[in-house]
Amino acid sequence: MHPFDFVAATSVADVNSVLAQHGNRARPLVGGTDLLVQLRGGRFELDAVVDIKSVPEANVLELNGSLKMGSAVPLAEFYENQGVRNAYPGLIDCAELVGGIQIQSRASMAGNLCNATPSGDTICPMIVHSAQVHITSAKGDRTVAVEDFCTGPGRTVLEDGEWVLDITFPAPASGFGAAYERFIPRNEMDIAVVGVASSVTLDGSGKIADARVALAAVGPTPVFIRDITALLVGKEPTEENFVAAGKIAHDAVSPITDMRGTIEQRRHLSGVLTRRTLTKAAERAKAG
Amino acid sequence: MVDKVHVKTTINGQEFEFLVEPYMSLLETLRDVLNLTGTKEGCNDGNCGACTVEMNGRIVDSCCVLGAELNGATINTIEGMATPEGLHPLQQAFLEEAALQCGICTPGFLVSAKSLLEKEPDADEHRVRHWLAGNLCRCTGYDKIIKAVQKVQTSA
Amino acid sequence: MVATQEYKVIGTRPIRHDGLDKVTGRAIYGADVKLPGMLYGAVLRSPHAHARIKSIDTSAAEAMAGVIAVMTAKDMPEAGDELVDLGEGAINFSHASDHIMAMNKAKFKGHPVAAVAAISTNVAREAVAAIKVDWEVLKSVVTVDEAMAPDAPAIVDGWVGDDLGEKSPLPNVGSHFRHEFGDIEKGFADSTTIIEHRYDLAMVHQGYIEPHNGTAIWDQDDRVRVWTSTQGSFTVRTQLAGVLQLDESRIKVIPTEIGGGFGGKIPIYVEPLAAILSKKSGGKPVRILMDRADVFEASGPTPGGWVSLKLGVNDDGKIIAGDADIRFDAGGFPGSPVGAAAMCMFSCYDIPNTRIDGWDIIVNKPKTAAYRAPGSTHVAYAIESIVDEICEKLNLDPVQFRLDNASKEGTRRGDGPIFPRIGNIETVEAARDSAHWNSPLDKNPGNGKVRGRGIASGYWFNVGLKSSVNLSVNTDGTVMLIEGSTDIGGSRTSIAMQAAEVLGISAEDVIPTVVDTDSVGYTDVTGGSRTTYATGFAAYKAAQSLIEELTTRASTIWDIPEDEVGFEDGKFSSKTDPELSMTFKELAGKLNETGGPVSSTGAVDLENAGGGFAVHICDLEIDPETGKTDVIRYTAVQDVGKAIHPSYVEGQMQGGSVQGIGWALNEEYFMNDDGQMANSSYLDYRMPTTLDLPEIETVLVEVPNPLHPFGVRGVGEPPIVPPVAAVANAIHDALGIRLRQAPMNPGRILEALKENNG
Repeated sequence: MHPFDFVAATSVADVNSVLAQHGNRARPLVGGTDLLVQLRGGRFELDAVVDIKSVPEANVLELNGSLKMGSAVPLAEFYENQGVRNAYPGLIDCAELVGGIQIQSRASMAGNLCNATPSGDTICPMIVHSAQVHITSAKGDRTVAVEDFCTGPGRTVLEDGEWVLDITFPAPASGFGAAYERFIPRNEMDIAVVGVASSVTLDGSGKIADARVALAAVGPTPVFIRDITALLVGKEPTEENFVAAGKIAHDAVSPITDMRGTIEQRRHLSGVLTRRTLTKAAERAKAG
Repeated sequence: MVDKVHVKTTINGQEFEFLVEPYMSLLETLRDVLNLTGTKEGCNDGNCGACTVEMNGRIVDSCCVLGAELNGATINTIEGMATPEGLHPLQQAFLEEAALQCGICTPGFLVSAKSLLEKEPDADEHRVRHWLAGNLCRCTGYDKIIKAVQKVQTSA
Repeated sequence: MVATQEYKVIGTRPIRHDGLDKVTGRAIYGADVKLPGMLYGAVLRSPHAHARIKSIDTSAAEAMAGVIAVMTAKDMPEAGDELVDLGEGAINFSHASDHIMAMNKAKFKGHPVAAVAAISTNVAREAVAAIKVDWEVLKSVVTVDEAMAPDAPAIVDGWVGDDLGEKSPLPNVGSHFRHEFGDIEKGFADSTTIIEHRYDLAMVHQGYIEPHNGTAIWDQDDRVRVWTSTQGSFTVRTQLAGVLQLDESRIKVIPTEIGGGFGGKIPIYVEPLAAILSKKSGGKPVRILMDRADVFEASGPTPGGWVSLKLGVNDDGKIIAGDADIRFDAGGFPGSPVGAAAMCMFSCYDIPNTRIDGWDIIVNKPKTAAYRAPGSTHVAYAIESIVDEICEKLNLDPVQFRLDNASKEGTRRGDGPIFPRIGNIETVEAARDSAHWNSPLDKNPGNGKVRGRGIASGYWFNVGLKSSVNLSVNTDGTVMLIEGSTDIGGSRTSIAMQAAEVLGISAEDVIPTVVDTDSVGYTDVTGGSRTTYATGFAAYKAAQSLIEELTTRASTIWDIPEDEVGFEDGKFSSKTDPELSMTFKELAGKLNETGGPVSSTGAVDLENAGGGFAVHICDLEIDPETGKTDVIRYTAVQDVGKAIHPSYVEGQMQGGSVQGIGWALNEEYFMNDDGQMANSSYLDYRMPTTLDLPEIETVLVEVPNPLHPFGVRGVGEPPIVPPVAAVANAIHDALGIRLRQAPMNPGRILEALKENNG
């Protein structure tokens, strides 16, 4: 492995200065569960790794109507927070199934997002929660919707010197529900063959006011399917409509065949899991 | 050449101070720098749990942590599980229930299981299996490992 | 069924002697070896599945600071073209040498081509990365069928395989053999039901959690010391002697604790490289560790391939003809366990007319090795699936059918030998009577999923071979037991218990130590399910002769004739004078004053071992929308002869079952078109986690093995044989579909459901 320097940052300015100095030869470190494995595997070389876990702003978990989650907050801390559990069961779905307990102790949703694998389990749930990514750098700050963040396998909108400081989730509207399910051949410790996140917002009459569906591992990036939103808005949350949504997902995705699954299998599962997660999201919406 | 990192840390209740290459994993640091070889390497990519240690109160795969991150941290490894008074009840139960065969995964399982019992002493079988799913064992089929953990739960 | 003999130690569950070290992290495994002045090695491996080495330039690596030695195949001694038996499989030293470091071409991805010793692992790896190889990439073939095509590229230069006594015209045939008995044509002519199918299996890995390792010192006197985690220190010595071209007596192998093997830690990989690098660095110790990807890509998985089987049954429901064609991918060199597969092919049944063809086929994949009952799982998948299909077709009870056709004492096995007393029938009966088989199964539990139950039998022949044990008595009445069998799963204790039983002392009072090859007599591998059987037998013999020695000593102390001293229940006593009596411990306490220490040796070379049978019952639940399969109940029934330590016997049965379940459902070498394994990590080589399994119930059947003083049968291997077939039969019971390709993963189940539903 190419030797790199280690910087334990304690402020946003620390991180900005290291990243400004090294450009794409430096990266922030949170869980290390992707970064260190990729470095060891020779995927890329770095001259510096900057640990952001002691940066106070990257460690916030503020539930105040909306939810602000620092980029260094590990999944376990996220799902152990009772307030978060109550408000965002659709995010808990994904936070509890990434890797095993050991991985959840370290890995963060922001890390999962920045790693930008199409199969990332937490990205699609963030999309259907309309989450916004707060990007910072020595040059300033900007905000990007999660669905616009990944640009290809392992590629994101982040430019040299930029990093993710936090992610904000809007307060769940009344009548909002969300769910995430993935298909894996085992029951844990697997990469999604297909993952689907859905959210549904019901209006006062019980009709669908908004619906968002995003799929993992069926394209070069997580796939947010706006056509499903268009189909479902104004309709009843019925099995029939959710099957129709699944059909759209089935046709809209562009999966590949690899060791984890085939194109056919992934299209099929896209339909099944879209229906299932919409159904569960609608149930949560009704209960919520 | 990069500079070594100065680390002050507490491992198994004892303070350590040393220099470590910034790119060395916690697993390598424990094994090669500190000679704590009870923590094992099975995959070196966070998928087998053989290198599980407790770091600041949570279990982690030490292959996915840098040794430099130890600075200011508190670590517990398999070497700290038994005390001068005797074995931890889980260690005793693993022996009595024949919950190990080759034993290479055993330190990781013990560290993981200890953390579970401290956090969720009443975990049911499904939760025990869920908690331990990050630890692979290839010899036992897991049956006797689960029974050993449950034995400690019922005798607590 | 329980053996009737009463024992004091055998059948109890003492805490294993090496347990404390293993639950405290103190036990020293191969990667834990650290010697003063030690160098760290790294290996350059071929990125191609099949490629000729045009040139290797190591100059940049040699020039790097901290690099002490660099080697290529040119540094390997020229090894003779001789075949040597290693107990579980044989080895050709010229192939072994070429396998350990490629001379002219890489035959699989991961094939070593150069190695470096340096002052740190990181420097060694950087140096390896600086070595330049000029490759001529060749077409690769990874399946049996591709490799047997007439226009397939030849993988081993100059190789001509044996095809039924003739020279094979095909370049990649390792060998083709045949076993034939009775009149196969007449058998099928007399059959009223004939079923024939082909069963395909992917290459799979043993999956032991500890990667391979080796640390060596080659000193200036040409004496070599090697520390390694291995199933057989003496077979490592034999292999090293062949590959390094040294006399065995110049090599000392010090076995460390071993983190799993299942047959995969019999061959050597990095040990000779560490030795040669040590020699080149002036005798400094060199340690080389494989990483997980190296283990998958360049150790010895077990073959994929296929088994084509035709069975004929008459109107009485008797199998009267069986014709099998078994083709295994051997990897980059000949030598798959296809011979063992043939030995197991028809072994659960008494079939008068049989033919078995076995083909060993060279492909561009890692050279295969043994994996727990090597080959038997493959053939059981075929025959147990077809037996299930016959029972369905003829509306026969699958248990009764197995009983009606069961092999028993006197039955001729498909490759010739006549069975001695075996426990096949008793095992099937125990399955029939088990709680699991007699429990109802709700096939439609109402959660959108469907359930099914499957049953399957399996067999492994077990081996005997050579073992040595030394015993010496301590004056406190304990006994030191010195053995050469490396302990993968509690064998120190199962062997010590056999000595303790003879000596009339507790298991804890026999203190076992596994020693190096200089310190005990020759002992074959911990494999073939032979250790508790054969090394236990050696311990039994050593204990018997220890008692003889002690009897003599008692007669001296009491001044009575030897034949008047008896030994029973741990007590020496005079047969005539009831006043004269000493426990084992009391006599031990008197040894120093009455003639000095007493010790003994036991050695065996056992030709036969008495086979073992297993029957497994599997309930599973399938989500027909996704193909996801969960095993929800599982029972392993097995004839264990006599369970010395029942907990560890159960553990073998549970562990083997779970490996088999993983093989059935998800595990495979997923090969890309260019011969690369796409899933060489635990993330994507999907071994079962604890959350994927239910409790594994066990039923121990004890039909004592007449070949062993305590009736021991090998127990480690039979449990991996039935699971693939049991899962296949359960899937059929749930969905009405027969899957004839393993793994039977969700994708395959979905595909089959789709085909079935048009």
